[in-house]
Amino acid sequence: MKLTFHIWRQKDRNTPGRMERYQSDNMNPDMSMLEALDVLNEELILRGEVPITFEHDCREGICGSCGFMINGIAHGPQTQTTVCQLTLRHFKDGENLYLEPWRARAFPVLRDLMVDRSPLDRIVAAGGYISVPAGSAPDGNTIPVPKDDAEASMDAAACIGCGACVAACPNASASLFTGAKISHLGLLPQGQPERDSRALRMVRQMNLESFGQCTNIGECTAVCPKGIPLAVINRMNGDYIKANWRK
Amino acid sequence: MLDAKIPSGPIEKAWEKCQFEMKLVNPANKRKYEIIVVGSGLAGGSAAATLGELGYNVKCFCFQDSPRRAHSIAAQGGINAAKNYQNDGDSIYRLFYDTVKGGDFRAREGNVYRLAENSVKIIDQCVAQGVPFAREYGGTLSNRSFGGAQVSRTFYARGQTGQQLLLGAYQAVERQVDAGTVKMFPRTEMLDLVVVDGRARGIVTRNLVTGVVECHVADAVVLGTGGYGNVYYLSTNAKGSNCTAIWRAYKRGAMFGNPCFTQIHPTCIPVSGSYQSKLTLMSESLRNDGRIWVPLEKGDKRAPGQIPEAERDYYLERRYPSFGNLVPRDVASRNAKAVCDEGRGVGEHGLGVYLDFADSIRRLGEHKIRERYGNLFEMYQRITDEDPYKVPMRIYPAIHYTMGGLWVDYHLMSTIPGLFVIGEANFSDHGANRLGASALMQGLADGYFVIPYTLGNYLASNKLDKIDATHPEFAAAQESVAEKTRLLLAARGTRTVDSFHRELGKIMWDGCGMSRTAEGLESAIAKIRDLREQYWRDVRVLGGDEEINQSLEKAGRVADFFELAELMCLDARDRNESCGGHFREEHQTPDGEALRDDENYSYVAAWEYTGAEPKLNKEPLTFEYVHPSQRSYK
Repeated sequence: MKLTFHIWRQKDRNTPGRMERYQSDNMNPDMSMLEALDVLNEELILRGEVPITFEHDCREGICGSCGFMINGIAHGPQTQTTVCQLTLRHFKDGENLYLEPWRARAFPVLRDLMVDRSPLDRIVAAGGYISVPAGSAPDGNTIPVPKDDAEASMDAAACIGCGACVAACPNASASLFTGAKISHLGLLPQGQPERDSRALRMVRQMNLESFGQCTNIGECTAVCPKGIPLAVINRMNGDYIKANWRK
Repeated sequence: MLDAKIPSGPIEKAWEKCQFEMKLVNPANKRKYEIIVVGSGLAGGSAAATLGELGYNVKCFCFQDSPRRAHSIAAQGGINAAKNYQNDGDSIYRLFYDTVKGGDFRAREGNVYRLAENSVKIIDQCVAQGVPFAREYGGTLSNRSFGGAQVSRTFYARGQTGQQLLLGAYQAVERQVDAGTVKMFPRTEMLDLVVVDGRARGIVTRNLVTGVVECHVADAVVLGTGGYGNVYYLSTNAKGSNCTAIWRAYKRGAMFGNPCFTQIHPTCIPVSGSYQSKLTLMSESLRNDGRIWVPLEKGDKRAPGQIPEAERDYYLERRYPSFGNLVPRDVASRNAKAVCDEGRGVGEHGLGVYLDFADSIRRLGEHKIRERYGNLFEMYQRITDEDPYKVPMRIYPAIHYTMGGLWVDYHLMSTIPGLFVIGEANFSDHGANRLGASALMQGLADGYFVIPYTLGNYLASNKLDKIDATHPEFAAAQESVAEKTRLLLAARGTRTVDSFHRELGKIMWDGCGMSRTAEGLESAIAKIRDLREQYWRDVRVLGGDEEINQSLEKAGRVADFFELAELMCLDARDRNESCGGHFREEHQTPDGEALRDDENYSYVAAWEYTGAEPKLNKEPLTFEYVHPSQRSYK
């Protein structure tokens, strides 16, 4: 299978980048997109060219390391699939593919397709947890959780923190990410004692980073590899407003 | 002589006694200590968070961009705990018994008992943190069964248990980051350990963004850096998982325990082509409802649906009627290899067996199967383009976990005082074979409930000199890191790092994989030495060292894999018996099961770096509670 890649190359944060064109005839439809880049990189190294930097680790769609735009869509055309699990059989022989890093002011490019997503960690550090030091927990079954609540919480907890939601949003908002954590913990009885302070602090931190505001467009959920529902944003807004009243 | 420091007296009281006898650090003094934790997975993350909660000054390092990415996140099936919520006869003693037996009597009883004891507290802790475990309609916690056990003791969060437990630990770490007791160093790789006056006093790291090589001084160092399955190139490990931290520690004097004990997981998606970069695991929990079979006749190329019931061989159910499809991993893997070697394998290359859900779908309905394994089925379909609700999955064994690791005593301290090793990076709890859903348990037990005590005891019992990074040992370690980088960049050869790594992996899979022989190991050792020599001469690493350079990162890790690979083969050659995942063809029962030699090999092989041939030290294993027997799952 033949493919022509147009890939964003940028040496570091402060050097301007540009699109470069690469052609490869050695592609196989069963390969993942990252394996295609591996093969391309091997070819580049043998030609004496510096390989393309891209972030990746588990390659089974769960660590959240990988991700870039393919033809303008975060993680590419296949729904609920990260680029590490996106196989080339979704593309046509001879197709042109445009690979670009996540674009958001909060995620500066570090090199080629790799960006800095540390703002997401800072949002979690601002209350995205339940304060329970090791050793202080009661027996697990003393806190019954209705099955439906546990399932809804799990739906939100499935977020892998890849940043696709931010990259896809025209405003570069991190509301789906933040809402997912607020929902995961807020839907459980264990999460109630800190529910208000969590919503206030996490939203405040989100606003301090260079993300834009949510205007309910829904691009985020459309590209989310874990299908996090838009409802988590409503829940975040609800919790935030109620917490402000109660403050 | 190796002293494992197992407390004397009855095993049920050993940990309690040990905890009482340990010295404590006054709460007000804890902040005066600097602790380095390398790795942010279930072991490293839980340790960093807990030590931070206690008030120590913790620096935590990971090579990924965030601590939430550690490979623990990919664990699917679940975590064991002896809660006996199902009222089906489970107990701490039974979990202990199953784990010692599952490990084929090559684990330490004392450590395993403590693990089983702590398992119940882990579940409580994780529930309280908000881990969304599966629930029954009444709101109580749900369980499933797993290989190697006849009780239901596995807690799970869909097929993403590792992810949810890791996010719990990650959030606990971020809470301490917020509190100022933990400082995270993401995108930072440990490249050497610094030993001063015989004690671990710091590490040398490379910042993976700027390339800056730095020294960090501490009062104790904790390694939770995971396993070394990637020595085989193809494994279920994340691409970044590597042995560098533990290998550097080994070369600084920490002994390496049972390096040849590797686990081959029976249910992975078969290899599809030479470009393949990793293997994808399908959770072992699938064996609860899936039935494993191959055609009765060899070379049967019919589609699975065309093969009538009478012409199928459900070989695990046939050979092991009492455990059936739930035999331990080593047994399931070896049997899959055996039927494929007979020419009865399925799929394009004949390296696969069917995992069939048709019966369960008929019995329980598709919705029930979807609820239990929906995300796994989707993942399978995404990769193979086949629908497992309609056609059976094809699976084949793959390297998944390494039971071997740095030798540690009961306090999880290595042979270098002040260097603690936790989780998969140590060798301690799983013997020669790990049971499913036990890795998560061990990582969290070590981090939440063992290291906070034993590390405090070390600090309180030893007077450590005040030193800083100007100490000559730091300069020397930093220079050796720089020298290695220079050599890798200067080779300017003709082959890529990956091409060497793939070749090394092939040598290891063929010579030191699912079954091993003395002759095969000899030949592997010779090939590894040859290829390693070629590597340093002919590797091509482009780019510089003061920038993001993923080839350079890989090159350093592969250089260490080359050395470790040789030690694994030496250990496998030396262990002239079969046990658990270590199957020496020369030693098997008439019906092909692993044949142990307790007379001569009931010990932990702890290898010591000497600069020349490594020296073998033996820690004898004694079994007072679970008496070694031929493991039987029939």
